[in-house]
Amino acid sequence: MEHRDDIGAKLGMWIFIFTEILLFGGLFLVYAIMRSNYSTEFHQAAHHLNAFIGTINTIVLLASSATVAMSITAVQKGNNKLAVILLFFTLLCAAAFMVNKYFEWGHKIHIGLYPGSDLMVSLSHGQVMFFSLYYFMTGLHMFHLVVGGIILTIVMIKVQKGTINAGRFVLLENGGLYWHLVDLIWIFLFPLLYLIT
Amino acid sequence: MTEQTTHHPEPSYLVDTGKYKGLMAWLTSTDHKRIGLMYMYAMMVFFAVGVLLGVVMRMELFWPGQQFYGPQMYNGIFTIHGIIMIFTVVIPGLAAVFGNFSMPIMIGAKDVAFPRLNLFSFYLYVLGAAIALSSQFMGNGPPDTGWTFYAPYSIQTHTNVVAAVFGAFVLGFSSILTGLNFIVTMHRMRAPGMTFFKMPLFPWSLYATAWIQVLATPIVGITLLMIIAERWLRIGFFDPSLGGDPVLYQHLFWIYSHPAVYIMILPAMGVITEIIPTFAQKKVFGYKAIAISSLAIALVGYFVWAHHMYTSGMSTTARWVFSLLTFLVAVPSAIKVFNWVTTMYKGSISMKPPMLFAIGFIFLFMIGGMTGLSLGALATNVHVHDTAYVVAHFHYIVFGGVGFAFFAAIYYWYPKMYGRMYNFKMANWSFVFLFSGFNLLYFPQFIIGMMGMPRRYFDYLPQFTFGHQLSFFGGILLVIGFIIMLITLFSKKGAKAPDNPWGGRTFEWRIASPPTLENFEVMPEMGPDEQPYDYK
Repeated sequence: MEHRDDIGAKLGMWIFIFTEILLFGGLFLVYAIMRSNYSTEFHQAAHHLNAFIGTINTIVLLASSATVAMSITAVQKGNNKLAVILLFFTLLCAAAFMVNKYFEWGHKIHIGLYPGSDLMVSLSHGQVMFFSLYYFMTGLHMFHLVVGGIILTIVMIKVQKGTINAGRFVLLENGGLYWHLVDLIWIFLFPLLYLIT
Repeated sequence: MTEQTTHHPEPSYLVDTGKYKGLMAWLTSTDHKRIGLMYMYAMMVFFAVGVLLGVVMRMELFWPGQQFYGPQMYNGIFTIHGIIMIFTVVIPGLAAVFGNFSMPIMIGAKDVAFPRLNLFSFYLYVLGAAIALSSQFMGNGPPDTGWTFYAPYSIQTHTNVVAAVFGAFVLGFSSILTGLNFIVTMHRMRAPGMTFFKMPLFPWSLYATAWIQVLATPIVGITLLMIIAERWLRIGFFDPSLGGDPVLYQHLFWIYSHPAVYIMILPAMGVITEIIPTFAQKKVFGYKAIAISSLAIALVGYFVWAHHMYTSGMSTTARWVFSLLTFLVAVPSAIKVFNWVTTMYKGSISMKPPMLFAIGFIFLFMIGGMTGLSLGALATNVHVHDTAYVVAHFHYIVFGGVGFAFFAAIYYWYPKMYGRMYNFKMANWSFVFLFSGFNLLYFPQFIIGMMGMPRRYFDYLPQFTFGHQLSFFGGILLVIGFIIMLITLFSKKGAKAPDNPWGGRTFEWRIASPPTLENFEVMPEMGPDEQPYDYK
């Protein structure tokens, strides 16, 4: 029996997004406590992050969110072909973000700045906390980015096939919502880690 | 009173109609009733294992000193007893079993909002339980931290903590998805005419529960991940030898784990609220007060977590604020108790087994609740913190409360689930053994706890011997009661159950026993003057 409830599906997605925010909320809480306990060390450690790469990644993610939103409008107007192109662009942005992150993390690991390294052990506790939270938060964010990428790939295939169309696009909307969540979390991570120096 | 059993042309949900037969038909079914039963079978197995571990602990404590095994094994046993009972039995508990089986029917729906997600939650539950149990057999031996995984010990012990913690994380994820599913179901799928304030009160309690599941569980999820990260990478979030803060762990842990107590008890209260008006044949007293008190418990219960930490090092201000909030959360719980009692007043009470268990619940829950207040008060807490008194208190809530409500719910909905009745006399005997065994097991723990018996200790001073021995015999009675109950329910087929054996008014009693796959032949509606508990 066909049971369809788009509003219900979106309600479910919103609640799920809520839980994701709370998941990160625990980390933001720890960040806030550590920041107030070790403000100078956080200040010094933040200088080691490359704000330029961070800014590029922010722009890349914002652009990807815009194209997801546009793809929904495209599908609503019946232009599936354009929607596929827009979604593909989103996935390219996700890939670009990952490449950027690879170089950023790779550089840090190369100079020996990672949890458990000899260099980390020699740093003050506040700095260790900063870099640990940096890896933990951006790592968890990246995991969500990969999951979001997989969801959008599935959605893109369905748009291509036409199973997502102008009359039925709640899956695309939910995928888009999830992608915006990934974006939103980055929007908070970026200033907390890169800009407050 | 009891309506005639009519003939139903559609086969019941127990008959396989899909492409699979037998076990596969169950394992692939997205039907909410079958998923509810699968949860129930899984939980009964876990519960039996947990009970057995409890008995093994009581055996060791029968005399002071070492009897059968050493302290390390004792630590491992109370840890896995806690993990199994908390994470795989009482937290999913009534919501997963009866929430799945009864709630969609009670609101007049054919299924939950996301049936496939529902089945996925079940498999996550099985997976999480399997991972948690695998901790016993892999790595450096069973974890010995207690189910709370307190830092720094959980960071430093060489036992297999990571598997247990990750299992708990997966179980939490399953719980989130069930909660999400229920919220959407209750928002979107109520029968026409059934406004929120005409919804039966068991769904209401599940609604409040679901919000706690969704709001609180992610916090423990991230905290458990931090424990794993700290063990692997020696980060220093929580372990003071790495510069971390163990009190921070306790905060993060209890931000979830105290609301989790309400995840356990709220559906239990909901079940009792269904049973009492049915067996008193009287409209529930203070419908709105009960509905709103569920939400109030969920809301206030979110802000009382630090009452587990009075002795851990907090400011005096924080301590009295948390103490005050703890006293406040007792108010909506008391409202419910008063409403149950008032519902029974001048009702035509029939003491069938579900009602017997419901009244037993009220008695045990009152003791559990009142002793909770003495623990929530700062001065007495410092005296009895981490003693057997605490063990007795929370067993009165999670076993005397949730457990007895679970038994009541089985006896209440069993005719609907299987379309069969059971032997009332046997069921009453199971109550006698369970109730007396329970009190004999846990009440002495209050007394020896007050005298200074610490919890989680392998050995004890001779003056506590008598109390521990009473507890052991109580445990044996409890096991006998449990076995009688299983025999009553599952040994042989009872007489065919009518559609409405108890004279209930909610939707599930207006359909066939057992229900058809789609529950309703004609989708139910609620008239403008109709109320969920319209007894004469």
